[in-house]
Amino acid sequence: MDSYGIVFALLGAVLAALLSGIGSAIGVGMGGEAAAGVITETPSSFGKVLILQLLPGTQGIYGLLIAFITLSQIGVIGGSAEMSLAKGFLYFCACLPMAIVGYFSAIRQARVSVASIGVVAKKPEQFGKAMIFPAMVETYAILALLVSILAITGVTGLNI
Amino acid sequence: MAVLQMQRICICAQKKDRKHILEFLQRRGVIEINDVIPEDSIFQKTDVAVAESLLEKNVASTKEAIEILEGYLQNKKSMLSVLNGRNEVPIEIYDSFSAKHEITLNTAKRIIILKKQIAENKAEILKLQTQEEMLTPWKQLDIPLDFTGTKYTTSFIGILPNTWDLDKIYRVLANQIPLNVDIISASREQTCIFVICTKEKSEEVSEILRGVGFSHPNSGVDEAPSIKLISIKKQISECESSIIEAEKEIKSYEDKLDDLYFLQDYDTMRTEKYEVISHLLQTSKVFVMTGYIPEVETKNIIELLNERFEIAIELEQPDMDEEVPIMFKNNGFSNPLENTVEAFSPPGKGELDPTMVMSLFYYLLFGLMLSDAGYGALIAIGCGVLLVKFKNTLEISMRKTLKMYLFCGISTVFWGIMFGSYFGDIVDIVSESFFGQKITIPPLWFFPVNEPMRMLSFSLLLGLLHLLTGLGMKLYQCMKHKDYKSALYDVVLWFVLLISTVLLLLSMQMVVDILSIDFILPSAVGSISGIFAGLAAIGIVLTNGRESRNPFKRFLKGLYALYGITGYLSDVLSYSRLLALGLATGVIASVINKMAAMVTGGIIGAFFFILIVIGGHTLNIGINALGAYVHTNRLQYVEFFGKFYEGGGRMFNPFSARTKYYKFKEKIKNG
Repeated sequence: MDSYGIVFALLGAVLAALLSGIGSAIGVGMGGEAAAGVITETPSSFGKVLILQLLPGTQGIYGLLIAFITLSQIGVIGGSAEMSLAKGFLYFCACLPMAIVGYFSAIRQARVSVASIGVVAKKPEQFGKAMIFPAMVETYAILALLVSILAITGVTGLNI
Repeated sequence: MAVLQMQRICICAQKKDRKHILEFLQRRGVIEINDVIPEDSIFQKTDVAVAESLLEKNVASTKEAIEILEGYLQNKKSMLSVLNGRNEVPIEIYDSFSAKHEITLNTAKRIIILKKQIAENKAEILKLQTQEEMLTPWKQLDIPLDFTGTKYTTSFIGILPNTWDLDKIYRVLANQIPLNVDIISASREQTCIFVICTKEKSEEVSEILRGVGFSHPNSGVDEAPSIKLISIKKQISECESSIIEAEKEIKSYEDKLDDLYFLQDYDTMRTEKYEVISHLLQTSKVFVMTGYIPEVETKNIIELLNERFEIAIELEQPDMDEEVPIMFKNNGFSNPLENTVEAFSPPGKGELDPTMVMSLFYYLLFGLMLSDAGYGALIAIGCGVLLVKFKNTLEISMRKTLKMYLFCGISTVFWGIMFGSYFGDIVDIVSESFFGQKITIPPLWFFPVNEPMRMLSFSLLLGLLHLLTGLGMKLYQCMKHKDYKSALYDVVLWFVLLISTVLLLLSMQMVVDILSIDFILPSAVGSISGIFAGLAAIGIVLTNGRESRNPFKRFLKGLYALYGITGYLSDVLSYSRLLALGLATGVIASVINKMAAMVTGGIIGAFFFILIVIGGHTLNIGINALGAYVHTNRLQYVEFFGKFYEGGGRMFNPFSARTKYYKFKEKIKNG
């Protein structure tokens, strides 16, 4: 049974990258569609709408981050890959916040981004404010990232 | 940490000097015109809408001409040309331009006409080409397509669907002989035929042909296709040559481009001048102008105006309750962030300019989120080089942006050294895979990746400090307005509550364990601060609902205010992003390095190593600098400003030359 630990750990790592990545891809895609529309009218807003488009992209990076930390901790990248089932399951759980929150927050954030791109299209000078709205949503992705990081480093120290 | 003191200025002068006075003020750009004096029977405003709209039209057509011309010239503008700023032009050239104004405007109009000609010709060519395409199958036919026959014969010229050969057609028409069928051309889709028969058979032939799908070609060509095709070709080449000619003429105006730029600016300035004139109160001989002027400029401006014109100037302090426009005044360290404050909202009435205090934290937080010495150095050096290289030509806003990133970069280097991150762990990787011996640059403080809890505690502590500074700003603001009641109830009580709560938490074993701090406050401190926290809480409940008279309502409101402490909790926790974003930079950088290390070996390996490192780190620096920028702004706008700053002011918007290509500013003496 012990050889199954690594399976769950890897599953967690993969899910974190997978779900966050999907969320961000959808999100950045939505932003890009809206941004492209703005550029047809006001090409000079390119820099601003690009930033807004990229904002939902960070979840994917966070997911990658969690996946990578997990992979290196469990020894898939360099090291021995032996662990108990319980420990593997703990790693799996530790990855879940980033995976799930990453997916949903990216899409929600993208919707705010699209709205903010609309703001910039009409009032480019309000960019500073428009940028804050999507950043608000990102807070929760960051909190999830934090919990996942702390949990993974914590699990590594456990002796089970 | 200040905004400039504004004064109200009122200028009265003779109408004959109007043009020169306005142009002088426009170039100085220090007065914001606002009309406060109402019209009466003597002093009246003039309607300049006609002249203004004419000028606006000029600007629009010049702009169009410039766009067209630039499109044909395809000037190679380098990426850095934006840093070059606008050229400065002395007044003499400005004054002498009026002679060239008419010619340049005509050039602009000519360019637009030529462009129109080109477009028309292109449309014509398209039309001719469709006609040509339609006629091509009939190329062999030497009679017109609408030829219907002679006195005794009827002819049918038209198309049959699909491919037909002579046999097949004759077979269909076998009973109608005598007749003659010619196939003009045949393709898989259609067969063009010419049928001629005797007049009396025409009805039947027509019937039969219709039965097999015969149709007339729909063209109004009354010439033989072979001749028509030649004339179409000629027309097309005529159109083409006229396009080429027009394009050549447009290109010949290349040397006029600078004049066009000038014209656009010149008329933009005149439009603004007319806009101001519409706000002036005038009689037949004099005019009156009112507006705001920064106090520091007044002496200078009055002297200069008196020197040149006969003029009466009055100054007065604005009323206390007046909405004066805002102009920031900060030192070189803080002024790059004025735009950031402005993007939130300029300070409202009676509010402090938060730029100075904000700038300290801004650079600090940005650096902490990016926290990599290598990235920071790249940013700082890049901005520094540009600032030095384009020292004289940079526009002010661009200079501010570059300066902001310069300071952010320096701060990033500082935190990178503290946390031992140089392009992630590139030193370890390079030394290990190329030189066989791992060298690690030790951090000055600690590796956040190894001790995330310690980093988290530090982030939260910094956040608490930031928030308390925000409260401190509110205290200062209350004191300045002599609102001691608010200062005590809304600020001091909260200060006591927050600090004693933190002390209380730090005396608990559990909290200390979670945060992995190596010290714990003695329990005596804990209990004392507990008492203080309780007192402060009671104080808040009793006082923070003081605007209600009803004691019960007052108590409830106070209770709700105390509930605001959860807001502080979430505000402090919000600073955990410092840890998360800092880790993100470092870990992604080390992922890149690890990937690069996988390919090392030999010269090719080294080549790919360098490729991956450069590409990967460029991506990482872009994404994380964006993240750091956005989240620093958020921490400032939401957490910090939320404590004391509302904004709602209006930026100083002087009457000035808002030009695109040239600067017409006069040299400003005394700064």
